[in-house]
Amino acid sequence: MVTRRDFIKAGLLTVAGMTIPISALEIFKPEALASLVESFSKKKRWAFVVDTTKCVGCGMCAKACKLENEIPFEAEVQRTWVERYIQTKDGEVIIDSPRGARYGFTSNDPYGKELKDEEVAKEFFVPKLCNQCEKPSCVQVCPAGATYKMEDGVVLVDRSWCIGCGYCVTNCPYFARFFNPVTNTADKCTFCYHRITKGKQTACIDACAFGVRKIGYLHDPNSEVFKIVSTQRVAVLKPEYGNEPHVFYIGLDHIVK
Amino acid sequence: MEEHTLAHGAYWTVKEFFTYPNEYIYWTIHIVIYPYLTGLVAGAFVLSSMYHVFGKDELRPVAKFSLVFSLALLIMAPSPLLFHLTQPQRSINIMMTPHFYSAISAFTFVYLSYMAIVVFEIWFVFRPYIVKQAQERDGIVGLMYKVMTLGSYDVSEAALHLDHKIIKILATAGIPAAGLLHGYVGFIFGSVKTVPLWKTPLMPFIFLMSAVISGVAVCIVTYIAGMAFKKHFICFVPIKSMSKVLAYFLVIAFLLEGIDIVFHAYTAEEFWHIMSELLFKRFAFKMIVVQWILGMILPFILLVLPNLTMLRSFIAASLVLMGVFTMRWDVVIGGQSMSRSFAGFLEFNLPVFSKNIEIFKEGLIPALFLLAAPFFLLYIFNKVLPVFKDIFTEQECAEAEDKMSKRLF
Repeated sequence: MVTRRDFIKAGLLTVAGMTIPISALEIFKPEALASLVESFSKKKRWAFVVDTTKCVGCGMCAKACKLENEIPFEAEVQRTWVERYIQTKDGEVIIDSPRGARYGFTSNDPYGKELKDEEVAKEFFVPKLCNQCEKPSCVQVCPAGATYKMEDGVVLVDRSWCIGCGYCVTNCPYFARFFNPVTNTADKCTFCYHRITKGKQTACIDACAFGVRKIGYLHDPNSEVFKIVSTQRVAVLKPEYGNEPHVFYIGLDHIVK
Repeated sequence: MEEHTLAHGAYWTVKEFFTYPNEYIYWTIHIVIYPYLTGLVAGAFVLSSMYHVFGKDELRPVAKFSLVFSLALLIMAPSPLLFHLTQPQRSINIMMTPHFYSAISAFTFVYLSYMAIVVFEIWFVFRPYIVKQAQERDGIVGLMYKVMTLGSYDVSEAALHLDHKIIKILATAGIPAAGLLHGYVGFIFGSVKTVPLWKTPLMPFIFLMSAVISGVAVCIVTYIAGMAFKKHFICFVPIKSMSKVLAYFLVIAFLLEGIDIVFHAYTAEEFWHIMSELLFKRFAFKMIVVQWILGMILPFILLVLPNLTMLRSFIAASLVLMGVFTMRWDVVIGGQSMSRSFAGFLEFNLPVFSKNIEIFKEGLIPALFLLAAPFFLLYIFNKVLPVFKDIFTEQECAEAEDKMSKRLF
């Protein structure tokens, strides 16, 4: 007869035995551990440069991105978008990005209120996209490991594995993430990974007539991105979060949020 | 294509001033209920441990009740998360490729270990009853009890003595596990670095203390209601003891929440201008009036005034429950109400009816179902393992009261 003591012993052994193979999946994944302590930047690492001094807010990039990546055009979510910053002469800062700027900025009317030219101290546009961080908080918090970072620095989402908890969405300081209305899973800019890995430019770069956006390897002496980042004064968004973003901005203003 | 134009979150979020185009209130009512239910579990379990571990004999009538109730709550605790996932059928993926750096993933494992402790403890506590039923009853009910004995029919004095030892060990192990479980829920929020209202190392402790007060309060309310429903004699001694515990922990919970706000104000980081508007204007009624005055200060006064009565305990505990629920709401919804751009606000409108299942499942009706489900489960559990039976008679009650009055704590 099975005594209670034996039963408990066997039960505890079974539970302990079952947890080992599950945990083994994670513990013996060296690249996952390595990504937390060691950066891949020494290898080929994609980075992006945005020249805010050149952007005119036409929104062609946001439009092209939606079409290229099959995000429903009317859905109020964007892989890339453009923000407008207006500082008035009395010091007030007005920020807007109507419909992610996919229809562009056509008049001087943030939130429908006409602004006279003489009221404006400065005004500029800031295009935004996923920062493909070196230490992405979205990868850190994903409970199922559906968001992952490639060795070349691009962060991708496995749509067939994402459970849709939204932890990554809330944890992105840049709100570059959203739920894709078609797949109902977390989505984000991938630097057009399907294009750049074939030697093409991203859709937003192709659509930009003003040369605002550039992509390239960060440590490749021949890439324009390397030349700009290593010789000019560039800034990143919200460095205080420690994510080490890899989208570098030329002419970033302190009022940019 | 037409039906896919509504982005997740766009239905119930109203934006004001500048927010990022992808920014919505993504964590809705279910993420309010989830820490609320988990908190009730921790509180209820701590109560049963006070009898089993700390020898608070006057709590004997509620020990079994709070233990079984904590299981009912525990079973329902992760279900709000399932309701909230956009791909709930894939929730098993967390177990398939566990990602331990993620607090949600780690929570799953803490939760399962804690569940094992509670189930084992219940089995040991009810073993004599189960064996008796298995021997006396027949038919399907008898078979069920026979299965529940797990083949162990030994109820000799030596066996029961061993049982008591094991129960004590499990109850002792359960206390840190309960703390860890709810501390982890606090950690899930506290680790979201983009939300200034959540990003404090105090978060696990704030959640833990409010968990204890809500758990004790729900036991007071449900026990009084359950006993009244069963028309049993209700001894005031265990309720008085629970009320004391509630009053002690109310002070700690209030202090922790207060310290957190004072710190934010004193350090006045870049987000304080928007956070102060949120807390003292937009959420002023919910936070100051409902959460603090009605949910903490008033119940504390009701509990510490001399000549405590059962009605006053009941009212104070109900107020605490309301206060803690409001606290969860203020933290979860309030935290997301300020844009990460620190320039705008988002407002959450709870969906009630909708033909769209995605919107409906984030709405009021599933929320009410989730809040009611643990009580329904308790009702069913009570049919199998009666929790309102091991109560004080009037004479025992008088003795216990006499004993309690001689003690300081």
